[in-house]
Amino acid sequence: MYRVLEKEVLALKITRLKVDAPKVASKAEPGHFLIVRVDEKGERIPLTIADYDREEGSITIIIQEVGFSSEQICNLEVGDEFLDLVGPLGEPIKTGGYNKVVCVAGGLGAAPLYPKVKSLHKGGAEIITILGARNEELLILEGDFERLSSSLYVTTDDGSKGHKGFVTDILKQVLEEEDVDMVVAIGPMIMMKFVSQLTKEYGVKTIVSLNSLMIDGTGMCGGCRVTVGGDTKFSCVDGPAFDGHLVDYDEQLRRQNFYSKHEQEVKDHVFGGEGCRVNEG
Amino acid sequence: MKGKKVKMPEQDPKKRVNNFKEVTLGYTEEEAIKEANRCLQCKNPLCMQGCPVEVDIPDFIALVAEGEFEKAAQKIKEKNNLPAVCGRVCPQEEQCERKCIVGIKNEAVAIGRLERFVADYARGKEEIEVIGNQDKGKVAIIGAGPAGLTAAADLAKMGYEVTIFEAFHEAGGVLTYGIPEFRLPKDIVKDEIEKIEKLGVEIKYNHVVGKIKGLEELFEEEYKAVFIGTGAGLPRFLGIEGENLNGVYSANEFLTRVNLMKAYRFPEYKTPVHTGEKVAVVGAGNVAMDAARTALRLGAKESIIVYRRGEDEMPARVEEIDHAKEEGIRFELLNNPTEILGDKEGFVKGIKCIRMELGEADDSGRRRPVPIEGSEWIMEVDTVIMAIGQRPNPILLKDAQDIETTKWGTIDACDESGETSKEGVFAGGDTVTGAATVIEAMGAGKRAARAIDDYIKNLRK
Repeated sequence: MYRVLEKEVLALKITRLKVDAPKVASKAEPGHFLIVRVDEKGERIPLTIADYDREEGSITIIIQEVGFSSEQICNLEVGDEFLDLVGPLGEPIKTGGYNKVVCVAGGLGAAPLYPKVKSLHKGGAEIITILGARNEELLILEGDFERLSSSLYVTTDDGSKGHKGFVTDILKQVLEEEDVDMVVAIGPMIMMKFVSQLTKEYGVKTIVSLNSLMIDGTGMCGGCRVTVGGDTKFSCVDGPAFDGHLVDYDEQLRRQNFYSKHEQEVKDHVFGGEGCRVNEG
Repeated sequence: MKGKKVKMPEQDPKKRVNNFKEVTLGYTEEEAIKEANRCLQCKNPLCMQGCPVEVDIPDFIALVAEGEFEKAAQKIKEKNNLPAVCGRVCPQEEQCERKCIVGIKNEAVAIGRLERFVADYARGKEEIEVIGNQDKGKVAIIGAGPAGLTAAADLAKMGYEVTIFEAFHEAGGVLTYGIPEFRLPKDIVKDEIEKIEKLGVEIKYNHVVGKIKGLEELFEEEYKAVFIGTGAGLPRFLGIEGENLNGVYSANEFLTRVNLMKAYRFPEYKTPVHTGEKVAVVGAGNVAMDAARTALRLGAKESIIVYRRGEDEMPARVEEIDHAKEEGIRFELLNNPTEILGDKEGFVKGIKCIRMELGEADDSGRRRPVPIEGSEWIMEVDTVIMAIGQRPNPILLKDAQDIETTKWGTIDACDESGETSKEGVFAGGDTVTGAATVIEAMGAGKRAARAIDDYIKNLRK
């Protein structure tokens, strides 16, 4: 069950896994996410589907090592299995009927953005892509996006590739020059906040996708609460994609840091010389 | 002899607040026989009318009195698929024991404690009856909670091939994610579920029906009927300022982290939970008591129930309230939260409440709480848990819009049969009634199993 079929390290601490999950693949749409659990003591981790292949019966996920659980997933090898994999969850986004769409990704955000771009492209939209990353090494899926885009811009914080600066610098330029009917932006909360501020000035519809903390992914825990247009929504059943102009980003930025102290505790527990790391090697 | 119930031993409150072990310890054989002898063996046993799953109460109690504990267990099992669970969490004082004749002048016979004793005695000793051919057709059950498990077990016993689709990685529903270990040990829940699996019921985990599979597909796969027991999954919040601060939980989330994901064993188990020093739980039902008592066990120095009505209006079982009081839970009754206050990092630092007084009775028959003007005060806390109820889970219904719902969002199903507006689809438990009790959900599962059997028999004609 849920066996890793292929593994590729895309960048430093960023890994792509193709996983055998035919039933999930048969129902996956752009915007859907999964919840996975690696072992009995593991967390339930939400991950946006980065690609799916219905014929092969596989789904692809891309994970960045940011803490214990994500590192554990990145350490899986071909042939290893996830203990649990639930999906597809969330509401898919509408991808048909657009003429020109700007797709903006920050860092790992390129992964959840990819299936949406694929589907928008298939739906007949012209795609302009802006890929941002801290530096060249952390840039992922450039080739994949290039194939689908009429133009592709790269920005890095340090200027190691493309434009030195932020995705919003390029986006502003594009919005000035092109007649765009939608922007899809996925990346760090702060990036989505600034992209949405900018597109609001231009009056361009914007979709963002949130990677909220959650347990069940089915509306049961309410941990993924987000204020959208003044109302409380649940990312898992109402999202994870929302109207970027309505999301309360500052609240989301705060909520993301809820368990930062606990993350350190897990690390101390696992690596803290108590010898309690079972199954090592 | 007929005066009071034989007391059930309990863990000392001072000790138990530091552990997650079961609070009540169960009868010994002698205690059980003594209690069983208090039963009058009525010819027209009213207690049975109070049992949603129709257990033959006097018969099993007679067997206990004779020391025939295993036979007593079999007797219960004829009707109740989860006796070790029911013996612990049923509100017997409102059901079987309320109708008990002994209870008119004295304390009712402790039917719940006896049920628990018998189920625990038989644990590991019973032989699972091997069911003959399960060739009457396929039935799909959605949700492995009390309603779904009961319907599944009964249908399997009738000869149907039953598959349960469960969204979580474990079965049990609220028995697993909601009710804490110290009230319902999870190995007992697991045992009961294993017994149901041994009846031939298959449980498919990680299957969210409405997402991975729709209702229509189940019928295409030749399931002849479907039972929906998806529970009341969507937590309610008050809609006040500050509810999205870090440190505000729904009771569902708090308890799921602790019970299902075992956050009480963090960091060995990797799911964290934030408890803090001082915890306010809003609400006064059983779930609120569970959350408040769990917080104490996780190390909170103070755990406080905040409730807008008074002592007599609290919906929790008396036993749960008593246990909470013994453990030192503080009760701030007649207080309604109006705002949750946060620090600059976005963590909870307090809860603003307004004092209430009781006015005239409202629709529920309880006196309506009325705010006392100018009485706002601030309670310093670092965690707030909202235990004010749930709405039904929306996922399945989004996919199956031809199933009619009520104005509360619950499925509109016949109380007796569980029939819904869609042919071949039955429903029961919290998804129909809104948040209620384990045993009521089990009763609904039992009645639906019977109705499904009738429905499928008629299909064949």
